[in-house]
Amino acid sequence: MKYVDEFRDGAVAQGLARAIAREAVAARRYNFMEFCGGHTHAISRHGVTDLLPSNVRMIHGPGCPVCVLPIGRVDLGIDLALERGVVLCTYGDTLRIPASNGRSLLKAKADGADVRMVYSAADALRIARQHPAREVVFFAIGFETTTPPTALVLKEARESKLGNFSVLCNHVLTPAAIVTILESPEVRALGTVPLDGFVGPSHVSTIIGTEPYEFFAREYRKPVVIAGFEPLDVLQAILMLVRQVNAGRSDVENQFHRAVSREGNAKAQALVAETFELRRAFEWRGLGTVPYSALAIRPGFAPWDAERRYALTYRAVPDNKACECGAILRGLKRPTDCRLFGTACTPETPMGSCMVSSEGACAAHYSYGRFRDREVAVPVAAVGGRTGVAA
Amino acid sequence: MSAARETMDDRRETASGDAPNGAAARVPQRAEARPAKRDRLQSRPLDLKRGRVDLAHGAGGRATAQLVEELFLAAFDNEWLRTMNDSATLAPPAGRLVMATDCHVVSPLFFPGGDIGALAVHGTINDVAMGGAKPLYLSAGFILEEGFPLADLQRIVESMARAAREAGVPIVTGDTKVVETGKGDGCYVTTTGVGVVPPGIALDGASARPGDAIFVSGTMGDHGVAIMSKRENLEFETEIVSDSAALHGLVADLLAACPRVRVLRDPTRGGLATTLNEIARQSGVGMTIDERAIPVRPEVAAACEFLGLDPLYVANEGKLIAIAPAGDADAVLAALRAHPLGANAARIGSVVEDPDHFVQMTTTLGGRRVVDWLTGDQLPRIC
Ligand code: SF4
Repeated sequence: MKYVDEFRDGAVAQGLARAIAREAVAARRYNFMEFCGGHTHAISRHGVTDLLPSNVRMIHGPGCPVCVLPIGRVDLGIDLALERGVVLCTYGDTLRIPASNGRSLLKAKADGADVRMVYSAADALRIARQHPAREVVFFAIGFETTTPPTALVLKEARESKLGNFSVLCNHVLTPAAIVTILESPEVRALGTVPLDGFVGPSHVSTIIGTEPYEFFAREYRKPVVIAGFEPLDVLQAILMLVRQVNAGRSDVENQFHRAVSREGNAKAQALVAETFELRRAFEWRGLGTVPYSALAIRPGFAPWDAERRYALTYRAVPDNKACECGAILRGLKRPTDCRLFGTACTPETPMGSCMVSSEGACAAHYSYGRFRDREVAVPVAAVGGRTGVAA
Repeated sequence: MSAARETMDDRRETASGDAPNGAAARVPQRAEARPAKRDRLQSRPLDLKRGRVDLAHGAGGRATAQLVEELFLAAFDNEWLRTMNDSATLAPPAGRLVMATDCHVVSPLFFPGGDIGALAVHGTINDVAMGGAKPLYLSAGFILEEGFPLADLQRIVESMARAAREAGVPIVTGDTKVVETGKGDGCYVTTTGVGVVPPGIALDGASARPGDAIFVSGTMGDHGVAIMSKRENLEFETEIVSDSAALHGLVADLLAACPRVRVLRDPTRGGLATTLNEIARQSGVGMTIDERAIPVRPEVAAACEFLGLDPLYVANEGKLIAIAPAGDADAVLAALRAHPLGANAARIGSVVEDPDHFVQMTTTLGGRRVVDWLTGDQLPRIC
């Protein structure tokens, strides 16, 4: 536990905040995108933006796996559960993603579908073993970090010839999404989204290393700092980005020395390479169809690939017209620019996927930052210091 | 000794696994506390070791009566139950009555620091106590699933009896129903409590006023995390135990010392965050709290980190939130800390004027955020 608190120490945070304020040149603006939803959550939950000077702005990126999952993929899961009668296992937040016709996995569950919330891919495999008479499908989502556990269950299923288990793979890749943002006309030509640098996710880099980022740091001349998920990590990464921008550098730096290397985790990469291959294209909510941005299960694992096993065909479904998730995910708009924000669309009744997970830009702003939207802020009364608790 | 008496004592010995014979003769001195002598209903006592609940136990016939007598009555035994009427006849106490009911569907039924039985007693006693009342009587309703082991049921019932005895609140009436296999999940327990409010006490979730001080009686999140770690089979260095406890003693001490306390509430489902939002909305006020002042056990914080939970949203079953005029703050804190169940009490913030009824928090980092209502259900079936 010491470990966690150490990284949240208020005094250290104030020190970093002072350094950022001192070093950020008053005459210029710094627009940094935190790519990963984990960072979005950490920033909102700990009030990190309150510690930044007004010319340093954080833009929430598309790195929330729930937020980028398009309606059509959720529909595939719902149809499997409702029409084929499979036991569909998935992570909690996935249950609430709005799908087509006002459906969601949670509503499908209420309608009698057997949808189960799991905490890991291994849980899904266990459910399949416990219910040999049922077909069990693991609805896999996530970036590079959640891919190796999915690879592991696929291997285990094949080795033990488990006949009633398969995976509906929705795994996506971080570098491809960042490139898409940098290639988008708004960033490249029009310059309407000024992006001065990226805070990159450390957990992704513990798997893929920092090397994949070097290409676009070079190519697009944007500094990248790989950072951990504690609020102090984020603050330090922001300071490092400010320094790079001031010095005119665009390097890949690593704030998170604790577990990230340039090469990443070779074993995990080999495991993923053995089980998955690149999809030619995959639809992202907000980013559209992005080439080579997602993983599919290799033909050698065909019997455990739900898409092959149930001959699923993907049907793209457009988002709610009023939903601005797409523009928000590309950093073009803020949640409050959406007219549904806080009225028709709330965490209880999400209209778009950014409102579903606490890592989504809309949900994070709604749950943690809403008070900022009004003119007069209520003063915060200070009360006593930390309470000691005997363990 | 009647045949019935022998039957009951035999059962008791069988259940505890010692002294196979002759027990009846050794316990005559406790006979007064036992149900009145009755005709033997069944030729054989309940098999509390290997037996299971079947549909007949809920059918209202002899099997039901046997279950009630040999299990519920034996454990809860008191003058009201002993009459074997469908209802308890109680003399009305002077003053205003408080009544509360609470359903319990917790899974798993047994968890570190408690079980559904003790939880059902504590939960309802606490609801009554948060009204400022002294709890007097409880009722208990059981929905059992066919096939549920009688040994587990006995464990639950005896835990309830112990909790009720320790709290000094008798379970005076009850009911049992059995549903078919697959239509329930072992055992659900509903309890209702009645209590009486002492004169001069007026607690109401709508009476928080700007300037008031906000307190918690101890560490946040223990119960929910204990359940989750059991459910997810997580092992932590220190076992996290539920804080399940009856709070009426703490409440009585607090109100005796500070009768001007305005709001008491136990932050169960939805945790501290959701309960503060409820009060803010009811009272038409806002709140500001300080993250550094909120007591959280290090092991609970670490587990939350691991499970992706926020301790402010995790259920408690033995903690209360108190709101009192700021002038009484020292007295409230002293009264809470003087009681063993309030040793870690802390003042965590203040009530402010706010048309939007936001609960805002200064974070450990020194930033600010809204502490919103809980969305969805991050922890289903926690109590
Ligand atoms: S507020 Fe809702 S509808 Fe609007 S952009 Fe966000 S998620 Fe989409």
